[in-house]
Amino acid sequence: MALQKPIGDILLDVRNLSVEFASPQGAVRVIDKLSFDLRAGETLCIAGESGSGKSVTALSLMGLLPKPGGRVAEGSAQFLGRDLLKLDEAAMSRLRGNEISMIFQEPMTSLNPVLSIGTQLTEGLVRHLGLSQADARARALQALDAVRMSEPQRRLKQYPHELSGGMRQRVMIAMAMAARPKILIADEPTTALDVTIQAQILELMATLQRETGTAIIMITHDMGVVAEIADRVVVMRKGEAVERGTTAEIFTHQQHPYTRALLAAVPTFSQGAAAPTAPDLTATAPLITVKDLIVRFDIKGGLLQRVQQRVHAVEKVSFELMPGETLALVGESGCGKSTTGKALMHLVPSIGDIRIEGEAALGQSWGRKSGAELKAIRRRVQMIFQDPLASLDPRMSVGDLVIEPLIIHNIGTPQQRREQAAELFRRVGLTPDQLARFPHEFSGGQRQRICIARALALGPKAIVADECVSALDVSIQAQILELMQELQDELGISYLFISHDMAVVERISHRVAVMSMGQIVETGPTRAVLGNPQHPYTRKLLAAVPIPDPARRHADDWQRNRQRIEGEVPSPFQSVDFTPTYVTYRDLGGGHLVAA
Amino acid sequence: MAGYLLRRLFHALLTLIGISLITFIILFALPGDPVNRVAGRMANDQQKALVREQLGLDRPLWEQYGRYVGKLATGDLGRSFMQRSEVSELVGARLPATLWLMLAAIVCELVIGLSIGAVAAFRRNTLLDQSVMVGAFVFVSAPQFLLGYTLLYVFAVWLGWFPIGGYGSLSQIVLPALTLGLLGGGWYARMMRSSVIEVLRQDFVRTARAKGLSRLRIVFVHIVPNAILPIIAMVGIDIGIFMSGIVVVESVFGWPGIGQLTWQAIQQLDIPIIMGVTLVSACAIVLGNLLADLAAPLIDPRIRLK
Repeated sequence: MALQKPIGDILLDVRNLSVEFASPQGAVRVIDKLSFDLRAGETLCIAGESGSGKSVTALSLMGLLPKPGGRVAEGSAQFLGRDLLKLDEAAMSRLRGNEISMIFQEPMTSLNPVLSIGTQLTEGLVRHLGLSQADARARALQALDAVRMSEPQRRLKQYPHELSGGMRQRVMIAMAMAARPKILIADEPTTALDVTIQAQILELMATLQRETGTAIIMITHDMGVVAEIADRVVVMRKGEAVERGTTAEIFTHQQHPYTRALLAAVPTFSQGAAAPTAPDLTATAPLITVKDLIVRFDIKGGLLQRVQQRVHAVEKVSFELMPGETLALVGESGCGKSTTGKALMHLVPSIGDIRIEGEAALGQSWGRKSGAELKAIRRRVQMIFQDPLASLDPRMSVGDLVIEPLIIHNIGTPQQRREQAAELFRRVGLTPDQLARFPHEFSGGQRQRICIARALALGPKAIVADECVSALDVSIQAQILELMQELQDELGISYLFISHDMAVVERISHRVAVMSMGQIVETGPTRAVLGNPQHPYTRKLLAAVPIPDPARRHADDWQRNRQRIEGEVPSPFQSVDFTPTYVTYRDLGGGHLVAA
Repeated sequence: MAGYLLRRLFHALLTLIGISLITFIILFALPGDPVNRVAGRMANDQQKALVREQLGLDRPLWEQYGRYVGKLATGDLGRSFMQRSEVSELVGARLPATLWLMLAAIVCELVIGLSIGAVAAFRRNTLLDQSVMVGAFVFVSAPQFLLGYTLLYVFAVWLGWFPIGGYGSLSQIVLPALTLGLLGGGWYARMMRSSVIEVLRQDFVRTARAKGLSRLRIVFVHIVPNAILPIIAMVGIDIGIFMSGIVVVESVFGWPGIGQLTWQAIQQLDIPIIMGVTLVSACAIVLGNLLADLAAPLIDPRIRLK
């Protein structure tokens, strides 16, 4: 590692931390005798999957456990001669935001929507440092400057809704760092951000740490982030620390089988080398042909509800999806990848030519379709979504949910439908006796299996999978991807796999289409596009992917100012008179096209 | 901004025309003939026909409506059947009393409702929360006249703290305003409670706590402004419900407002007055909604007009 940081004495010493939550069945211990220490100036990652207790650890150190409900059952956390776990609320509130700061996962909702950025930045300074309003503003400006915010003067007067997600997270960091805390606790600070913005924020945190010497406790589920930023790592599972060590030790000489399994499940991005070989499809007719697909949304306002702005979500996107193939649509938020999927399902109005199995039944204008036409489309193309719980009606049994498409399409007798549901459940790795249960009784991975079973019920030729593993833990993610691959091998189903996660895309897709500003900027076989990216946007996207290998961390690049990733995610919002310029493609051979 | 106001005024005009038409039709569909009241019980058919002609009630409905709207455009609300004077004078003389009562009652219901609702939310699922919410529910469901007479009996007759009725001094407005305030306050308490609980769950409240802010600042700067946002819009809508309550409360307390006027007019089928009061009330509701919509951006920057 090239990174040399001055690591000091022990700053925070956590011993035997145990936390309990009240439940109807009595107290449930969610953290059991957790011990770790944090040294001045270092970054400690607490890594684990959902339910491991990593966020609860952070909240209990901050004295922010939900009340009533959570309580610290035992343990101590020595910080500068005080035990954080024994301090009363008044003493704790003087420490919070002052000596110990925290930033959270959701920058979109973590700032108060009705207060200006300036107010939110200065109020903590006024409280903790006793600064006057003017001094606090000056300090807030410095803090915004430190997080490399453009136009800091103007930002102070702005409100959260005027800033992008990445900018809001910068404000959160500025807020947390403004009082120059000794410890910064960051709870999944980059999980909700696009990958290029994630790279910027991680770089920023590393830089700020070098400038200020603040110790960071980084809580994350992402081993790629761990590899990028951690000096030492605590791996948690079900409220216990299963392993701790330096980052190099954790990644190279894991002791605990769980750590090994966790790392094995992490999809490693390897520049296209791990991509599955595309089936030979030269003689086959495409299953779905999309030509010049355009989706625009008008934003109306003003006296006569005139169109004031237009979202150019999809602009002349063309692609083919072959039988039995997986085509990945990748890109950052707002690039139009999800809208393309929805247009294919006729969930948003669009224009352009979409043919399924060569049938032009869907016509030139994709505008209005009758119920029968829609049914014909949806029998052949189905969709699964990112959040499996939100996509299942909580008041219906999962059996009824899987049977419902069959009822809508009037397929089979009630008896046959039940048999088919049971068969589908077996197929996706569930048992038929679970059919009578309700969605909340299942885990996230099981719910996504239910969604897949429901999508399969009509025997579709293709499935549009919109970020379908993004909300799942890596071990579950691997299982779902495996199931999808099995289904493809057995049933010859095609996937339009929409994702922002390059490592997952590499693992599952035969071909990739990279989208930016509503257009495909580069497409081709996964190996070619990820291994030999040609378009600057593809390169930027790939350079930002965190690699779960501390020996290859980007921080070294950042330090030498190489490959610095800058800029905001491009926005598809345009003025009404905007006429998009369409890309033309250069053919690099083997189906690899790049926008010239 | 000017464009926005213009559009709102245009909408208001459409609303008023719609309301006048509907009210007109309903009044004429009602059983009972105003001519019987005006001409008196002893009048013969000839006299009745004469009165009918004088009042213009012998014309077809559409013609009557056309004339009414025509006069309305010049600001003429017509003449009362019974009181033989201009409706605009009758209504105008009584409007200030009603507006005062309305203002006092709205302040009353907001102060009572918002504070009780917020306290219940912060102490949720405690005995305090439950008893306050049961109380609020009682007031929401209580008939106006019952609460009005109860307050009147307890505070005016029994304790003698306030005058029994009348209009003119500050002490006389307390009981009618409190009656309306408690009734509406119970409703706002329930809304405020769920609104605060919703805001308490938001991430930015956790951020505020993580910044180590004082409890007072978290409550009054971070939570309350967000919690009252949905309630501001409700105040505008609420004015309609208010107008119906005011009719009853004004007659309980002998408050010389348009409520009493309406009460009499309905009993006498005095169509011009009913029409006039309805239109004035509609104006108040439209205005209330406009004010609420103009007030919301003061707190919420997301809906500020560019």
